[in-house]
Amino acid sequence: MCRIGAIKSKKYLHSEISLRLMRSQQEGHDDSGFAFVMQDLGGIFESYKDLPCLSMAATVEGTRLAEDLLHSLGFTRVLQWSPDVNHKPGLKISPMPNYIFEVLKYPKSHKYATKEEKEQLLIDTSLRLRKALETNNSGYIYSFWPDILTLKEIGSPKDIGTYFNLWDQDEGPCAKIITAQCRQNTNYDIVRYAAHPFFLEGYTILVNGENTFYEKNKQYQQGLYGGYVGFESDSQCFLYSLHYVNKILKWPLRYFMHVVNPLSYDEINKRKDKDVLLRIKASLEHLETNGPNTVLGVVPDGKLLCVCDPKKLRPVVIGRDKDTVIMTSEVEGINDLLPNRDISKDIYPKEREMIIVNNDLTVEKWQQ
Amino acid sequence: MAAVNVNELHLDDLPWIVEFDESKCIQCGKCVATCSFKAIKPEIEYRKKSGSIAEKNKLEKVIVIRQNVSFQNHCKGCGMCTRVCPNGALKIVRNVDSQFSVRYRSEKGESIKKGGRSNLNTEGRTLDKIKVGRISQMTDPSLDAVRHTFELKTPFGRVLSADKLNFDVKGDKIIQSAPLPPNRWIYPIIMGDMSIGAVSWRMWEAMAIATAYLNEVMGIPIRMCTGEGGIPSRLLKSKYVKYMILQIASGHFGWNRIIDAMPDMVEDPAGILIKIGQGAKPGDGGMLMANKVAKYVQEIRGVPKADLLSPPTHQGLYSIEESVQKMFLSMNAAFNFRVPVAIKVASSVTSVSVYNNLLRDPYNIVGGFFLDGLAAGTGAAHEISLNHTGHPITSKLRDCYLAAVHQGRQGEIPIFAGGGLGQTGSFAADAFKSICLGANGVFSGRLLLEIAGCVGNDTEKCNACNTGLCPAGIASQDVCLTKRLDIDKVAQNLVNYIMVTDFELRKLMAATGCSSLPVGRSDALITVDNHVATRLDIQYVC
Repeated sequence: MCRIGAIKSKKYLHSEISLRLMRSQQEGHDDSGFAFVMQDLGGIFESYKDLPCLSMAATVEGTRLAEDLLHSLGFTRVLQWSPDVNHKPGLKISPMPNYIFEVLKYPKSHKYATKEEKEQLLIDTSLRLRKALETNNSGYIYSFWPDILTLKEIGSPKDIGTYFNLWDQDEGPCAKIITAQCRQNTNYDIVRYAAHPFFLEGYTILVNGENTFYEKNKQYQQGLYGGYVGFESDSQCFLYSLHYVNKILKWPLRYFMHVVNPLSYDEINKRKDKDVLLRIKASLEHLETNGPNTVLGVVPDGKLLCVCDPKKLRPVVIGRDKDTVIMTSEVEGINDLLPNRDISKDIYPKEREMIIVNNDLTVEKWQQ
Repeated sequence: MAAVNVNELHLDDLPWIVEFDESKCIQCGKCVATCSFKAIKPEIEYRKKSGSIAEKNKLEKVIVIRQNVSFQNHCKGCGMCTRVCPNGALKIVRNVDSQFSVRYRSEKGESIKKGGRSNLNTEGRTLDKIKVGRISQMTDPSLDAVRHTFELKTPFGRVLSADKLNFDVKGDKIIQSAPLPPNRWIYPIIMGDMSIGAVSWRMWEAMAIATAYLNEVMGIPIRMCTGEGGIPSRLLKSKYVKYMILQIASGHFGWNRIIDAMPDMVEDPAGILIKIGQGAKPGDGGMLMANKVAKYVQEIRGVPKADLLSPPTHQGLYSIEESVQKMFLSMNAAFNFRVPVAIKVASSVTSVSVYNNLLRDPYNIVGGFFLDGLAAGTGAAHEISLNHTGHPITSKLRDCYLAAVHQGRQGEIPIFAGGGLGQTGSFAADAFKSICLGANGVFSGRLLLEIAGCVGNDTEKCNACNTGLCPAGIASQDVCLTKRLDIDKVAQNLVNYIMVTDFELRKLMAATGCSSLPVGRSDALITVDNHVATRLDIQYVC
């Protein structure tokens, strides 16, 4: 079973905090991997929030392929950060040769491009990079988006932390929003792309649970948008549904839960907004997931979300103090990071509830 | 050597032999009185007496039951005589050496007509080669079939893709302002599709009662299709018409009454089904032989007592586009665009083309695609059509669904599959597998007849619905025969069967961890037949 977490803070937090959040929940996962997505970056990345940041793991050949492609498209490097890796013997990790985190300048052709045009360029480039690196298995593109940094690796979270020097708070990146997951071993093949958090165009998703209607979701999403690729994990479908509902259809965030976990006909029929909800239920029938799952997510403007399905078999808790809100699978994680918080304010979401953490850290609770 | 007239029809040519054991017969006459086909008769047989030589030269008279050797009045194998015989003196035996189909054609110079179902089962049943193989166990737990809340409802009506719903967003709410095609949520099983005429009014009434009871008392929003033959005016003007899907086929039988009743209707019907073709006899129109055109059938359809043959196609429609514009628009307009209008076609090599055209119709007015396979039933058909034309339902259902998937339009026109579903008795299994293969729902007619007491089967037994002499009173308009059908008992059995089917559907949904209908969830299915796996794109197992 996965253990997942999302942290949002008024202050920049070091990536080490995500390791600690996961370590304290280690009995709930199989110690097989670690991944995080950082958003609203600080430290050396703080000055480049409008420029796209590439997160990639690759072989030497893959690195060359990616650099050549980016160069040919007119991207120019502004900043590169490579973690100072620790080759200490005995670490349980299967590292890639190169880890590249670099900020790039848009091509000159996009000097006067609109936000939408720039976003389209980034998604097109991500897909081209991914395709190029798939040949010879030469690397993985995790994210290519402004103000986002992603790392995914196979192995023990503790050892992955040691390898990348993430335990050292003076080193490495920091951010105001960090999502993390411990467990590489999905129900499907063990590949780096299959690890949560999943990221697409400013949207991040982590899921603890199952997507019973994975096959239906996948078949529907494959034709819906060019960026919906991979499907290495049944949980990626949640990301694409969130992106489709909020970004493509431009529907308010709360309708995400009406898509992935629609109410029954009888429940809808008692509501004032039944006409709208029945249409959504019929039109997006193939995006229903049918649980059981708990979803954590981040949207482009920095809000956090948590959605619990009606089967509600997956744990989640939300704890907070004045500067930080943490959503995670087990309360031990929050106890470790926020030991002095008021635990009476902890929230244990119920089935069919959606929790939103706003940018001022106020928490909204919506009953579906 | 003795002379024999080999060209005359002989007992040995008939499909069924009635074996009579005179030692058990008490001469009550029930068997003869019961046989609606007049296939047996009492006769006096002269036999040599047993005993002394003098006695043996005398003949004694013995009353026996003999079967008629006739093209018209031969035994259909229904077995009603064996049911009424108090001593089991009769036995119906299949004649494996029968030459009847050759004799009939050569002697009568006409095509054989039959009712019921196809009797040339060379295909085998694909659905029986499929198992529900993905059982939820650990992380995606199976559910409690009794206590868990399941959703067994499906949309009926045109579904628009989300980007075409034209919603307005105000604040954090969505407002629907633009008109949208009618869409209803119904139970994934549709009953009937058999006309008053094809079946007796008592059978039709039993189905209507069961439908109303399931909706009003049991909370199951099942719908019944009228078939092409109209609907009683009282029902049209009652609130129960909301459970009825009115069918219009190429003969337009019964529509005068429907149009006349419209001003007095208090509810909209559940839907309109435009029948283009049917699975049991694709390429043919409806066929109601004159001997089934009873007075009330004449009245409801507005026709004389004659063979009622619907044309093979709707007159004046030469293309799918044209039919959409003319027929679907006019049927939508008839009820002011409040009632879903669906189409029923025979499963065919060309079904995907039809479905694609309907999906791409810019008016978005086709609200359901009823696909009928070759194992379906019919009131009457030429044997050549029943046995030699048609297309199995399973692969064509899958083809249509995957054609929609290919275009990202699955679910936009809900597919309802039928044609032999429930043939082996378990409708729930066939329904569940069909839904996993892409159907939103299923429909059945012949299964309902079997629930009502039809004695026919897929191996030549009875199948005489066309004669009007149905021994079970189901496919007959003869007052004496229809009296054999207990309306309330049939309605009760239909309700019982649907309730069991509902439970069994929940059992399968529970085992696979589905709270709602797994439309298109083909990953739940497996097969040990590699050809089936490849054709249907499901997992091959061994």
